[in-house]
Amino acid sequence: MNRFIEQLLAHGPLVTDGAWGTQLQARGLGQGEFPDLWNLSHPDRVAEVARGYVQAGSQVILTNTFGANRVRLGQESAVEKLGEINRRGVEISLGAAAGVAWVFASIGPSGKMLLSGDIKPDELGVAYAEQGRALAAGGAHALVIETMSDLEEAKLAVEAVRQTGLPVVACMVFDSGKAKDRTMMGQTPEQAAEALTKAGADVIGANCGQGIAGFVNICRRLHSATDRPIWIKANAGLPTMVDGKAQYHVTPNEFAGFVPELVAAGAQFIGGCCGTSPGFIAAIVRRMKE
Amino acid sequence: MPDLQELFEAIVTGDANNSRALTAQALAEAVDPLELVNKYLVPAMDEVGRRFQCNDYFVPELLISARAMKASLELIRPHLAARGDKPIGCVAIGTVKGDLHDIGKNLVASLLEGGGFEVIDLGVNVAPEKFIETVREKNATIIAMSALLTTTMPAMKTTIQALREAGVRDKVKVLIGGAPITQKYAEEIGADGYSEDAVGAVALAKKAVSA
Repeated sequence: MNRFIEQLLAHGPLVTDGAWGTQLQARGLGQGEFPDLWNLSHPDRVAEVARGYVQAGSQVILTNTFGANRVRLGQESAVEKLGEINRRGVEISLGAAAGVAWVFASIGPSGKMLLSGDIKPDELGVAYAEQGRALAAGGAHALVIETMSDLEEAKLAVEAVRQTGLPVVACMVFDSGKAKDRTMMGQTPEQAAEALTKAGADVIGANCGQGIAGFVNICRRLHSATDRPIWIKANAGLPTMVDGKAQYHVTPNEFAGFVPELVAAGAQFIGGCCGTSPGFIAAIVRRMKE
Repeated sequence: MPDLQELFEAIVTGDANNSRALTAQALAEAVDPLELVNKYLVPAMDEVGRRFQCNDYFVPELLISARAMKASLELIRPHLAARGDKPIGCVAIGTVKGDLHDIGKNLVASLLEGGGFEVIDLGVNVAPEKFIETVREKNATIIAMSALLTTTMPAMKTTIQALREAGVRDKVKVLIGGAPITQKYAEEIGADGYSEDAVGAVALAKKAVSA
C-alpha cells in the first residue's frame, strides 16, 4: 500500500465529503453555469462549501476542479485559465481544511467517448497529465479520479496523473445492467478493480450512479479483487423535481445507516455524492463513532 | 446471391466491413432493398437490443452493431429514396440548453439511425428555438432531448412550453432521457415518453411514429 495512504488509514476508515454542485447552487451558481470557474470568480463561496464539510467532520475533502480538464474547459472557452482554476481550487480547499482535513483533488471524466472516436487516447493522456500537474502545483495531498464510466479512460487517467508522484484514487460509476453492478461499458467491479490496480491506482472505488443501498455489494466485490483500500461515495437516491429543483428523499440518518455494512464490506473512505450535504457527513461521522 | 443470414450475423456481431460487403452484393443482385431492411437489418438490431436487455451486450457492443447497421443503410438508402420510400420518421435530437454532455445523446442518435430513422443531430446546449426551427423547416416528427444534470433538466420543460407557444407542439412527439430523468418527470412536464436506455429509446420512437 502507498505509505501516505497507509498512515492515513492507521486508525481506521476515514470520512470524506459530500456533493459540491448542489452546495454551490444553494449559494447562487446558476443553471448550466460551469462550477469550476467559480474558483476564480467566487472563491469565498467555494470556500464556504469546503468549510461546511470540514465543520461537519470530513477528514478528507475534495476540490471544485471536477471538470477542469482541457476538453471540458475548451467547451467553456476557458482553457487558458486551466492552471489557475486547478491551483486555486486546491488552495481554497487547503485553506478550508486548515490542517484538520486532507485535500484530495478532484478529476472528472472528459465527457467524450474513446470508443466512438470522439477523442483519442493520447489526447486524454495529455489532458489528464496537465490537470494532474496543475493540482499538484496547488499543493494537493492526493488526486481523485472519479465518476468514470469507461475503464479505458480511467486507466489512461491513472497512468497520466501518477507522474505527479501523488497518491491516486480511481473510482468508477456502476449503474448499468439489470443488477446495476456494471459500468456503462459493461465492466464488473472485479474487472475494474484488477485493471485499476494494475494501472497503479493506490485506492480504488465507486461513486455516483445510484443510492447507497446498491454500493454495499459493489464495495464487497471491489474489495475481493484488489489489495488496495476501497473508496465509496454514494448518491442520496434518485431525485424528483419540485418547482424546477432536484429534491432527494433519503435522509442523512437513513444514508448513514449503511455505514456499518459498508465498513464490513471493506470500505475505508466513506462519503457522499449527488444529493448529499454536510448534514449527511455529520450523520456518517456520528455513525462511525458508535 | 449472398447468404443473407450472414448479413444478420454481421450486424449482430458489429462487423461493418462484412455488412457493407454483403449489402452491396445483395443490391447488385437486385435483392429488394426493403426486404433487406425488414427481414435482416431490423431483426438484427432487435436481436442486439435483446442481448442488451439480457446484459449480454453493453454500450460498446451496441455502438459497433449500430455502426455496422449504418454501413448497410448508407448503401440501401439511395435505392429506397429512388423509389420513393421514406425513412420511418425524422428525429431532431439534442442535449438541452445549458448542458454540454453528449455521450448518451450520441448513443441514442446512432441507434435511432440504425433503427431506420432520419436523425438530425442538433448537438449540445440546444436552445428551444433551435428545436422549433427544425420542426418547422425539416419536418421533424420526433424531438428527442437529453440532460445529464438535475440543474439542466428543467430546460426540457421550458422547451416543451416553447413548442406549445410556437404552435408546433402537436406536430411532434417529445421523448426525453438522461441520468436524472424519470417516467414521472416526463409525465409532469408533458413529454410523450421516457426511456432509461438507448435501446428503449428506439422502441419508444417506433411506437411514437406508429401511434
